[in-house]
Amino acid sequence: MADDLFKTPLHALHQSLGGKMVPFAGYDMPVQYPLGVLKEHLHTREKAGLFDVSHMGQAVIVSPDHETTAAALETLVPGEMKKLGQWRQRYTVLLNDDGGIIDDLMVSRPPTDGRLNLVVNAACKEKDYAHLTERLPAGVKLERFDERGLLALQGPRAASVLAKHVPAAAEMKFMSFGEFEIAGIQATVARAGYTGEDGYEISTWSGDTEKLAKLLLEDDVVEPIGLGARDSLRLEAGLCLYGHDIDETTSPVEGNINFSIGKRRREEGGFPGAPRILRELDEGPSRLRVGILPEGRAPAREGAEIQSADGIKIGVVTSGGFGPSVGGPVAIGYVETAHSATGTDIQLIVRGKSLAAKVADMPFAPHRYYRG
Amino acid sequence: MTIKFTEDHEYVRVDGDVYVVGISAHAAEQLGDVVFVELPEVGKTFSKGDDMAVVESVKAASDVYAPISGEIVEANQAIVDDPASVNGDPQGAAWFVKIKASDASELDAMMDEAKYKEFAENA
Repeated sequence: MADDLFKTPLHALHQSLGGKMVPFAGYDMPVQYPLGVLKEHLHTREKAGLFDVSHMGQAVIVSPDHETTAAALETLVPGEMKKLGQWRQRYTVLLNDDGGIIDDLMVSRPPTDGRLNLVVNAACKEKDYAHLTERLPAGVKLERFDERGLLALQGPRAASVLAKHVPAAAEMKFMSFGEFEIAGIQATVARAGYTGEDGYEISTWSGDTEKLAKLLLEDDVVEPIGLGARDSLRLEAGLCLYGHDIDETTSPVEGNINFSIGKRRREEGGFPGAPRILRELDEGPSRLRVGILPEGRAPAREGAEIQSADGIKIGVVTSGGFGPSVGGPVAIGYVETAHSATGTDIQLIVRGKSLAAKVADMPFAPHRYYRG
Repeated sequence: MTIKFTEDHEYVRVDGDVYVVGISAHAAEQLGDVVFVELPEVGKTFSKGDDMAVVESVKAASDVYAPISGEIVEANQAIVDDPASVNGDPQGAAWFVKIKASDASELDAMMDEAKYKEFAENA
């Protein structure tokens, strides 16, 4: 392992579990365990998987009251922050002045007035924190939670596993969170994830993360899951991978994540790049992120050119591979909006050959969130 | 029976005058679960080192290079139909192609089993 890689609080545990470690976003992370990507993926869809996501950035922005903090964050994101309820979490994006996406993130509102917790991507956290520090007004401060670990417990059995330790966790609704004690460990538990399955993301102090991971892994239905299956699970769920499916050039409208834009915000604007984003909402974007189902067995990977049925370039694949639950190849890409309707025949250029494919609805594997 | 390996983890098994080509057990293990295989058509000719086939795991696509020059005389449809079999018996039933070699002396420069084992362990 290169000496300049960061380690998460679970680094030693990954090694003892036989994790195959690779560099990812500056961290030494497990891409898979001995079970392998395919079985780890299927296990998560069938039972429950435990993911180390401690490399992600956790932080809080703070002012004396919610109105001030929410108003400050709303100058940087298109999400509805003022009306975000206590114990609720929301997905939104940090925008640049052209309406491109600096990062996608989760924002949650704890009951302590004036605080909004953030979870951002590992590879983006330094850039995000610099941006927030520069743009937040005086009186609204960013505090990093570098000394916190984050676990994701995902899958149809996640709720019954966690309920053994925290009965109330089973009643939480998707995109809510709570603070609990799990076997003596103080934990902030959100009902959310990145797999399309029901599940939780659990934040603890770094010193407690390994103890909690071991406790959850004691359960027979829980297996440790690496970054490989994390990627194939989110791909089947149609969820964006920052830096691939969305980036500083794509707007949230082009990225087909309009749910990151609040209803009131669409009327009022007041976020970076609002002229472009409001125009795209009104007139439609020139390109759109869509799901793609290749018709054969060959996966199309990131970078594959997308052509119309008559051979004109209309876009590019931004994520693609084999979907273990779908049982075949799946992809995500951008196409000119005229070719974005579900069922449109397209061609993917893979190793110089064109493969027949269709624009398809996402997710490829149905979301199974718990909405109560 | 002679088996030789390349530094790109292909093998050539000499079976009479037929050269059976595939990927090593070490390569199959490193790739992880194979989900897709693309093989060349029978009758195509390759020079040593040409892109010859493709093998994909959930995570990534890898090229398989011709370990020896010659003509494809048979392609193993069984691994195209059941890519996972490559993880099961890569150096046996899950061979990729059979080649009619144009220059059998190319084998001389390849590693034998003991040398390859050492090479793979240190890779």
